[in-house]
Parts: sequence; structure tokens; C-alpha cells
Amino acid sequence: MSCILRQLLTLSSFPQCAGEENWVDSRTIYVGHREPPPGTEAYIPQRYPDNRIVSSKYTFWNFIPKNLFEQFRRIANFYFLIIFLVQLIIDTPTSPVTSGLPLFFVITVTAIKQGYEDWLRHKADNAMNQCPVHFIQHGKLVRKQSRKLRVGDIVMVKENETFPCDLIFLSSSRGDGTCHVTTASLDGESSHKTHHAVQDTKGFHTEEEIEGLHATVECEQPQPDLYKFVGRINVYNDLNDPVVRPLGSENLLLRGATLKNTEKIFGVAIYTGMETKMALNYQSKSQKRSAVEKSMNVFLIVYLCILISKALINTVLKYVWQSEPFRDEPWYNQKTESERQRNLFLRAFTDFLAFMVLFNYIIPVSMYVTVEMQKFLGSYFITWDEDMFDEDTGEGPLVNTSDLNEELGQVEYVFTDKTGTLTENNMEFKECCIEGHVYVPHVVCNGQVVPDSSGIDMIDSSPGVSSREREELFFRALCLCHTVQVKDDDNMDGPRMSPDSGKSCVYISSSPDEVALVEGVQRGLAVTRIQYCADQGGFRNCPHFFFRFELLEILSFDSVRRRMSVIVKSATGEIYLFCKGADSSIFPRVIEGKVDQIRSRVERNAVEGLRTLCVAYKRLIPEEYEGICKLLQATKVALQDREKKLAEAYEQIEKDLILLGATAVEDRLQEKAADTIEALQKAGIKVWVLTGDKMETAAATCYACKLFRRNTQLLELTTKKIEEQSLHDVLFELSKTVLRCSGSLTRDNFSGLSADMQDYGLIIDGAALSLIMKPREDGSSSNYRELFLEICRNCSAVLCCRMAPLQKAQIVKLIKLSKEHPITLAIGDGANDVSMILEAHVGHPPWASVIGKEGRQAARNSDYAIPKFKHLKKMLLVHGHFYYIRISELVQYFFYKNVCFIFPQFLYQFFCGFSQQTLYDTAYLTLYNISFTSLPILLYSLMEQHVSIDTLKRDPSLYRDIAKNALLRWRVFIYWTFLGLFDALVFFFGAYFMFENTTVTNNGQIFGNWTFGMLVFTVMVFTVTLKLALDTHYWTWINHFVIWGSLLFYIVFSLLWGGIIWPFLNYQRMYYVFIQMLSSGPAWLAVVLLVTVSLLPDVLKKVLCRQLWPTATERVQAKNQCLSVEQSTIFMLSQTSSSLSF
Amino acid sequence: MTWSATARGAHQPDNTAFTQQRLPAWQPLLSASIALPLFFCAGLAFIGLGLGLYCSSNGIRELEHDYTGSSDAGNCSECAAATEGGAPPPNCSCAWYFSLPELFQGPVYLYYELTNFYQNNRRYGVSRDDAQLSGLAGALRNPTDECAPYRYSAAGLPVAPCGAIANSLFNDSFSVWHQRETGGPYVEVPLDRTGIAWWTDYHVKFRNPPLVNGSLALAFEGTAPPPNWHRPVYELSTDPNNTGFINQDFVVWMRTAALPTFRKLYARIRQGNYSAGLPRGAYLVNITYNYPVSAFGGHKLIIFSSISWMGGKNPFLGIAYLVVGSLCILMGFVMLVVYILYQDQDEDDDDDD
Repeated sequence: MSCILRQLLTLSSFPQCAGEENWVDSRTIYVGHREPPPGTEAYIPQRYPDNRIVSSKYTFWNFIPKNLFEQFRRIANFYFLIIFLVQLIIDTPTSPVTSGLPLFFVITVTAIKQGYEDWLRHKADNAMNQCPVHFIQHGKLVRKQSRKLRVGDIVMVKENETFPCDLIFLSSSRGDGTCHVTTASLDGESSHKTHHAVQDTKGFHTEEEIEGLHATVECEQPQPDLYKFVGRINVYNDLNDPVVRPLGSENLLLRGATLKNTEKIFGVAIYTGMETKMALNYQSKSQKRSAVEKSMNVFLIVYLCILISKALINTVLKYVWQSEPFRDEPWYNQKTESERQRNLFLRAFTDFLAFMVLFNYIIPVSMYVTVEMQKFLGSYFITWDEDMFDEDTGEGPLVNTSDLNEELGQVEYVFTDKTGTLTENNMEFKECCIEGHVYVPHVVCNGQVVPDSSGIDMIDSSPGVSSREREELFFRALCLCHTVQVKDDDNMDGPRMSPDSGKSCVYISSSPDEVALVEGVQRGLAVTRIQYCADQGGFRNCPHFFFRFELLEILSFDSVRRRMSVIVKSATGEIYLFCKGADSSIFPRVIEGKVDQIRSRVERNAVEGLRTLCVAYKRLIPEEYEGICKLLQATKVALQDREKKLAEAYEQIEKDLILLGATAVEDRLQEKAADTIEALQKAGIKVWVLTGDKMETAAATCYACKLFRRNTQLLELTTKKIEEQSLHDVLFELSKTVLRCSGSLTRDNFSGLSADMQDYGLIIDGAALSLIMKPREDGSSSNYRELFLEICRNCSAVLCCRMAPLQKAQIVKLIKLSKEHPITLAIGDGANDVSMILEAHVGHPPWASVIGKEGRQAARNSDYAIPKFKHLKKMLLVHGHFYYIRISELVQYFFYKNVCFIFPQFLYQFFCGFSQQTLYDTAYLTLYNISFTSLPILLYSLMEQHVSIDTLKRDPSLYRDIAKNALLRWRVFIYWTFLGLFDALVFFFGAYFMFENTTVTNNGQIFGNWTFGMLVFTVMVFTVTLKLALDTHYWTWINHFVIWGSLLFYIVFSLLWGGIIWPFLNYQRMYYVFIQMLSSGPAWLAVVLLVTVSLLPDVLKKVLCRQLWPTATERVQAKNQCLSVEQSTIFMLSQTSSSLSF
Repeated sequence: MTWSATARGAHQPDNTAFTQQRLPAWQPLLSASIALPLFFCAGLAFIGLGLGLYCSSNGIRELEHDYTGSSDAGNCSECAAATEGGAPPPNCSCAWYFSLPELFQGPVYLYYELTNFYQNNRRYGVSRDDAQLSGLAGALRNPTDECAPYRYSAAGLPVAPCGAIANSLFNDSFSVWHQRETGGPYVEVPLDRTGIAWWTDYHVKFRNPPLVNGSLALAFEGTAPPPNWHRPVYELSTDPNNTGFINQDFVVWMRTAALPTFRKLYARIRQGNYSAGLPRGAYLVNITYNYPVSAFGGHKLIIFSSISWMGGKNPFLGIAYLVVGSLCILMGFVMLVVYILYQDQDEDDDDDD
């Protein structure tokens, strides 16, 4: 107690000198709304929000204005709104309906969708806000709705209930003041975490008692980091000075988490409603734009320029042409008085706007809708994919965002985590090495676990007496130094049954290594139960030997230190510090022990791909412990920089250790990991492995999964090498090696991938990376980065080991922002990969994650989640390839068909005195993009398979054909645009020469301008649809139905539209126009001729390119064609026998 | 809007051909081996069609005469000169003499052609009231805004038919006279002025307003004719089935042309001795010259044309078919060469693999 009081004194003096601004950022809460006793500092009362969660965006009243505002913030919608308004205001060639109706349709559909989603959110909010919560009021338990909860209220939560707001844990029904919590719905970690009540309040077990609590809580203002919390509690009692206790995240119970294994707890609300950490974390993901979308926007801008220049050209020509008065106002077409008096510039401006309106269809309103529909519907094919369904876990792939589907076909770099992603993360205790003697568990017998023959066999000669002691200490360390919990309940989710079936106890830990170690020790030493009985002081015992230890401190694991320690007191009163961690973090702190022997063993194990941990200990004398205790207490109550101070304190404590030994745990490779990596590399994707493991382990894994092959020349950029030479020299030497071959590489580039090309693999470790990344005073750091990137670019595989999570993110960022802006994909399974994944997220690359054992945090933060690493192959090579092919055709085709649509209008202006006369009727203008030509391309973009799925899987190199946005390059875009222009010229001048000065019917009657437009339109609809049919490589019955159906629909619609005098129209210009046209023989012949001529160049180009410069894809297509002829009968048979059905 | 496919169940997916993207499908490939025969077949078919079309277009005779009267010595130039000042003098008439050495194979259709006349001007094209023309009584007296400035007459009466199109109705008229022998009398060739408009336009789209006391004139009471007209709409013809809004000349004129140079059907010659065509001999076309075209630099032409199944004389379609057909054949040969040359290389490549 005295120690605490002394701490308090230093503390209370500290904040004042730390300055006022620190207090502005904190809040003070009166527990149970009881004022602190007079004499304490007067706090300015703050207003806190109530406990209402509002995730909905709209209310009933603001829905329409707010939703409309948000929708019109999109450039495309705004553009169409402007067009619509222009049509309303000035005299334009087309009625406002033509642009208003589609816009209205798009806006309405979106509004309905968003309104529905918001209604669902309202419902969920209401359910959450109205769920009953137990409060303590005047010593009694009261039930109230959750939304009425206020900061400072004392809340009781029962088992399996979720916490209604962020609470400071005051007391629990468990005597030791702990409770178990699962945060599955917050961060996806399904493991049970232990939280601790405040020391001085954990005795208050009943409502009455808790009513008597008199305390204030000071804590920081809410911040979104789930794992950070700093505060302190002042407990006042009548007799003594107030007691100050530090509060950390272990005292904080987060809203959204669920209470487990604990009957009930009491807590005081500190953050409520929208200030809870959950609500602060709830934010919609930022809009991610794929490369395709970026290309699309660039193309749109090009088309906008075309549109504006078209309108400008026409306006200028109009006034040049009209300069002769008899053209401006011939006697047969006089103007009204008001028209004559209008200002010339105003007239020219309205003419310009009118031309804009006339040509505005070149930017199709329906493209956005179609693209989004395609992405939304298309992503279902991923979730539906049976091949990517994992039977073991019952998990299928998850698509969290469908915006990036096509980006999966564009990936150039894959960053993968090792543990749990490449490997199973299913650890097995392999051996341990104590004092240089190797022990292996004697349980594996012909691959079978023999339950009886437990025990650890020694390989080496029997150890001496001192070793015996060390051995005992070693196993004690393993038993004690961990954070594993024992679950009594067998029916927990995600349990890990101990193979010792006699007594079923389940170990749960956030780290699978620890579970493997504890299980290994349990099996080996026939320890039946390792229990962490949390009692007053905390005990750990091993009942078989009945060792009892009092747990004094846990210096918990973190990825920077890469070790953890416990301080325990044995029954005999000796105090030990056991430390366990990565060899690199243990060896430097060791002063005694057989370091060399153990080091060599560790290295050998690492080369075999085993995960190694070193164990060390030190005996503490009570005085030392006292000092440690003080040190820790001081740091734990600190409000500022607690993390940093804690790290410093740990650094100070964990030193002068005595090395005991090392353990080795095997983590098997995931099935088909090697196959997948090989396929990805063949596809031209660079695979980088980023891992926290040591170099030897990681390299062994890389060899096992064929990231490095026998002929791969390894380049090392490691701390060891940099110690020998300077970083500068190493980098230059490596780049020289690499560039020497890249000279020949560029020469080979055209011939594709020559198999004999020298492969380079780079190994870099965290320390070397931070040296490269470190900005230098003379500003030459960018040089190193460039050099490093240059080396990386020429390496087929890169292994980054000893990476801290943040460094993983740094690497991804470095590559992502390099000058080619490659598309990167990060894949990982655990919380330590999230930062890398989030980094990859910033610059629009997609990132995927494996649904792994380390919880689902990565899965929830990812764009795509797949059950196993092997599914990445199908995800990228098949789905990604398909989506890319589909969407790029969709985009190009949309522009093409609108060039076809609008360019004849432009040409017509030259023949109608630039009077903005439309070529097509309003209905056709409106429906062209909405119904006549919309469905075939949508279906194409959902169904197209230019090569079969099996071929894509078999031949990964096809992925290279679409690399670097190949189908949306300028060359391709210009080809499509020119094709559109050519077609438009054919339509227009074909019809022009048909109608020039003659009749085309056998009764001598003459057609008018609407028949002219109708002919152009008919030819256009057929051409555009057949062009798509030519591009379709995969004709299912649905394709047939939609393509021929949409042509049929066009004909039926035209017959109907022209066949009836529509009473609601004030003009009847289309009456019988279509039918009259069909009655003319030459019109039919013209349609056939013009459609053929329009399609001819494309057919010719396709055939010649296929013959002269076939791409890999086209070769495969041709080869399959030959095969399918031979195999068709067999295929038919297998079709009938397979279980496929509609 | 963003459609996000969130939180879809991780349940076992359905194993259907559709969800697994394995629907049975036809997978055609546009390779040279398919395209080659296609090109040759299409080329041959097109050449055949083109020849047929070209011949049938060549079989059609056309006789045209520019009677604008600005350049040539024809006596229409007097009328043209008279119109120079503005409105043409009433009933100025002129004639066009021509002779046919042989039978002009029928049936013969008489067209007039105007050049540089922008019937497809947007403001001109909308300047009409379809409701009025369909005989709605309400619309008759309340023409639509688009008709302005030909909506109300100077006296404030609603114009019927309103609008620029109706106002500018072509009002030249022609009569054809045939002289069998030199020196013989000119016999008028009967012109069939019916059936020149679309059947649907004449019978459905254009309707006279309901008669008042059996009189069309009374039905139009309270309306004014378009300013350029010399007579009201109900006096366009004496035939009750060809007057008012359903006057065929009017209906034909109201179908606006697609291009600034256009023809409109004036009459069919198919009666009596002339049903087989125009026999040889001298002819005279008497033209009542009313319509001013010089003001906008236009020309007026009169055309006799015979008609085949494919309409009037138009070599375009035949030539286009011939050209495209030959192009197909040519490309077919190019492709054949390429196919033969690169076939071997392809196989070599396959062997390499």
C-alpha cells in the first residue's frame, strides 16, 4: 500500500506541471452521479451524449433532400441533372422527358435501395436502443431502455449479454475480480479475453454495496482505437485519502463485446452512444476506385471533350452558314418577333446548349447503373463458387466489396503473410532443446498418436544433475509463461480439444504457438491439467506435481519486443522471472547458459521450417521484485505515453537472463500452397512473403512452397550483411548483379517468358528495411529506395522476414507508390496483417485475406476473404481474369455503342442547316440505352468466358495477357472509338445514299425524315447487338435468349410504337413509319448491306490478328477448339453423368 | 450509389450449373477456317445480288427538267423573273416541251423536286399541330404554340392548318399534254392525283374536323387560312374526299423530307392509253408557276420516272453490293494467303510447345 501511496504522490504532482492541455483532453465521471467530497478539484461538468446509437443516415424528414443531395454529388448524376434543367429552360431539340425519365429512374432506384438500407439500419438502431439494461438506482436494480443510459450510471450486465456502452469494470461475481469477454462482433477475435476489475472496487458485489461506492473516473476523451485506453479512478472513502488506481484497456469493457463465463458484472458507463469505441469505429469504408474505373473516368472526360467540341463546331458552323439571311430566315420558316429580337450571343449560347443536349447521349446515363449492377451481381459468382468452399471450416469466400472485382485480374504484386496464410497455423510441438540436449515428444508412432506412451524422450545422453534442475525449470517456464486459458466447458466455439482424451480440457489462447507448447508439455510430462486458477493473487498450478505458483506480474507479449515474461512466486517463496520469445530478442539479453549450442540448434530447426522460441529465466531477490513492482506501477498509472514508458520498463526488467533452452513447433504448409505460388508466379505476379519469423524459418518455408526454387539465386539484404559492408555497398552490389541480367531480360521481353531466365530471390529483414526507409539528413534516402525498388522489380520472389506489422504496411506502401503504380494485393489472416491490409487499401488495390484461425479481424477488414490460400489461385486466375475481361468489354462497348448512336446525329446537322434536328424519335433516344441495347451487354458482362475455367486454371500464363490494364489501353480505346465512328459513317451515309433523290417503294410514294432516322436506327441496333454477338465466346441459352430477344423486342416495340396513334402524344410523327419502311424491299437490302459493312472490319481484324499475332489466350482457344471436336462425345457423356442441374 | 455485397452467408453454395458458371454453352471461334468460306460465300452472294440490283436500277428511266427558270432559256424564266420581287404573280404559267422517241415504260410517276429547301429544319419540322390535323375540334381553334408565327392570323383568327409546313405548301401545278403525231392536237394525259400519300396518313392520321350541317366550310368557320395561301383549306379541291386536311397534295407535303434536296410524288400516270407508260411522241408540260424558290437559292424540277419493285432509279444499292461483294472475295483471298503462310508456322509453334 505504501508503494501505491508513494506513486500517488508523484502522480498528483505530475499532471499539474504537465500543463492544462492534458486535462482538456480528458473527462471526469462521477461514478453513480455522486459528487466527490468537497475539497477535490472542481471539474467543469461536461455534457455527454445519451446512449443512443445512430447508424442510420437519414430521418424521415430529411431523407428526400439529403439523399438527393448525395446522389447529385456524383458527377454523372449532376451532369444529367444539368442537361435536364437545360432542356426545361431553353428550347431544345429533345423533350426533357428523354433525359429526365432515365435520370428519374436511376435516382429513384438508388433512393429506394438506400432508403431500404437505411430503414433496416433504423430498425437495428431501434432494437439496440430499446433493449433493456439494468441500472443501479438508489441501491436498487432498475430496468430501462438502453438509450436512457447516461455517463456515470452504474450498469449490471449478466452472462452472455452484450455491454450497452463502454464501461469501466468495477466488480464481478467472480471472486478474483475478473471476467471473460469475447469481442467477436468488434474485431472478430473469438477468443475469450480476461478483463480485470479495479482493485479497490472489486469487493462491491451487490447493488447495495455498489451504491456505496464513491469514486470518480478520469479518462481520456473517446478515441477509436479499441486497444488503447488510459485513465484512472479515484476511490474516496471516508477515512483515508482517495485511492488512485490506473485504468487501462484491461479495465475497459467495450460496447458490443459479450460477457462470457461470468455470472454478472458491475460497471460504470464512461462512453455512451456515439462516443463508444464501437460507434467511433463504425464508419463506412471509403470509396475505392479500381483501375478500370479510373480508365472509365478518363474515357468519360475524353468523351466530354468530344461532346463539347462537337457542340462548338456545330454552333460555329451554324452561324457561318446562317450568315446569309435567306438561310437564317427563309420565307417558308420565319421567326417569331421575340426570336428576332433576341441577342445574338444569347442565341448562340442557347444554340450551343441545344447542341449539347442533342449530343449528350454520348455519355450514357445507363453505363454507371450497368457497371454497378455488373459488379454487384457478378460478385455473387465468387460467393457461389463451390471450388472455393472449404469443407473443413464450412466457410465460403466472402465479398465485402464488389467494387474491385476486376482488379483481381490486374494484380501484379501479392504480399502474403506466412503464418496461417501459407501455413496451416496448426502448430505441433516438435522438440525442445534444453541446455543443448534435444528432447522429442515420444508420441508419434507410425504417424499415429499413441495416447498411453506419453513422455518426452531424450535423444542425447542423460543429463547431469544440474541439467536436471534446468530441465525442470524449463518445463516450469513453459507451463507458466503463457496466456493460455483453460475452458471447462467443452461446448465453446472454436475449441481446441487436447488430444489427451482422458480429461477433456480446452486451451484457448490468442497465440497458437502457446497452445501447442502447453499441449506438448502436457503430453510430454503427463501433466493432466495446467490451470490458471485466477484467485486473489493469481495462481498457476500443475496438479500432477502440485506445484503452486503465485502469479505476480505478466509482461505481456507484443510484436515489437517479440517476447513475454511472467514473474511468479513459488510455494517456497522464490521469485522467478520466466521469459519466452524469439531468439533474436532473447539472446542479446542472456548472460548465462549454453548459448552457442542452443543457437545452433535453433538455427537448424529454423532451416527445417520450424518455429522456434527461446526460454530464459532469472531469479529475483525480493528487493529486485520490489523495484520492478514500483517501476511497473509507475508506468501503469501514467496517463501519457503509457505504451512507451511500459516498453522502457519492460526493457529494463527483462535483462540479465539465464538461457534455458529452445522449443520448436512445426507449422505445416497449407495444402497446395506451393502449387498456388507456382501458378501465381507463372501468371507474372510477384509474390512477396512478409513474415515476422526469423530468416532461416521463413526461407525454408519459401523453398517448401516453391517461392524459391533450386535455381533461384538468393540475394541477401540482411543485417548481417550490412554489418560487414555498408548499406550503400550492398545495395549497389546487388543492383549490379540484378541489372546485369536485366539487360538480357529486356531483350527477351518480346519473346515472352524464357524458362531459363535467371531467377533472383531477395531476402531482406526488418532492420535492413528500416535502414533503407529511414530518411537521411542529406536527403539521399530516396536514392536507396529507388535502388531497392529497382532490385525488387527484377526479383521474381522477395522474402521479408523479421517484419513488424508496421513494416509490412511500409513495404506495401513503398511498392504501391512506386512509379508504375502496380496493383497490389495483400493477403493475411491475423490481426498483425491488418495494418498491411489497410495500407494496401489506401491506394485502391484490392486486398484479400484468408479466413484464418487467428480470428476474423482480417476477414472483416478485407475486401475479399477466402477460406484457404489455395483459393487465391482461382480467385485471381479465373474470377479476376473473367471480371476484367467482362468489365473492360462492358466499358469499351458502352462507349462504342454511343458513338454509333450519336455520331449520325452529328452528321445529320450538316444536312439540316445545323438546326439541331434529331435523327431519331424521342422514344428511341430514350430507350436506346435503357432497353434496346442494355441487356445483352449486361448479360455478357456476367456470363462471358472467353476461355474455359479449366483452361485458365491449367494455364496461369494467360493472366499475363490482361496484365497492366491491357484491354483498356489507349490503343484499344481508340480502336473501339474509330470502329464506332466508322460504323456511324456507314449507317448515316448508307441511309443517305439510299434516300437521296429517289423513292424506295414500289408504289412510288416518298419517305420522310423519320423513316430516314428509323433506317439508321434499325441498322444501328442490329449492328451494335451483332457486334456483341461476335465478341461473345460463350453462348449459353441465356445469351441466345437475351441477344435475339432484345432484337425481337426492338422490332415488336417499333411495330407497336408506330402502329397506334398514341393519344398522350401531341405529335404522331412515328405513325406507321417503321411498318412503311419494312414494306420497302430496298430498305431490307440496305439493312443487310449496312450491317455487314459495319461488322466487316471488325471481323477482318479479329481473323487476321488471330492468324498473324495470336495472343496466348487465342492460341489456347484455338487449341481447345480442335480438342473439343474430338472430345465432344466424351464431354457430352460426362455432362449427362455429372450432377449439374439448373 | 454503391452496391456492396456484404455479409453474404458462408453457407454451402448451390451446386447448379449456373452458379458454378458451367452452363452448357456453344463456344464459337472466329478463326480463319470459319471466316474463309464465310467471306467467299457472302462475297458471291453479294455480287449476285448487286448485279441484280444494278440491272433493275438501270432498267428504270428517268426524265427530269429544271424549270426554275433562272438560267435556261425556257419560258419559265419570265415567271421566275416576276417572282424576283417577292410574291409571284398569280397564274403565271410556262411550259416544258419534250419528245419521247420511244415508249417510256410505265407505270410512270410524276415527281416534283425542290433543292435547298430545308424541310428538315428543326423549327420548321415542329411547326405543325398533329392534333389539329387529326380533326380534333378543340385543336382546330386552338393551335399549338409550336405553330408560331403561323398560329394566329393578323386578324387574330386561329390558322388552320397552322404552322410553317402548311404555310409553305407547294402550289405549282402541272398538266401533261401528249401530241401523237407532229402537228396533231395535244391530248391531256390523265394524271391520277390519288394514292400519292401514304394510305395510313390519308385514311387515319389526317382527318377533317366534323362537318357542320354537312358543310366542311362551316366546320372551318372562324379559322383563317395560312397567310401564303390564296384559298382556304376546304377549297383545295372540289372532290370532298380530297379536300381540307385530307387533300393528298397537302398530306404529301406534310411528310417532311429527310434532306434539303427532296422529291415529292405529284401524280401517277396509269389511266387509259397511258397505263403501260408514255407512248412516243411530243409532250408538253404546262406548269402553273407559283412557288418562289429563288429567294433561298433553290431549284424546282419536274421528273417523270418509272418504278420497279425496288422503287425509283438508284444505282447506289447495286453498286454498293457489288463493291462489298468484291471486297469480301478480295479479303477472302488475302486471308487465304495469310492462312496458308502462317498455318505452318502455327504448327511449328505447337511443336515447340
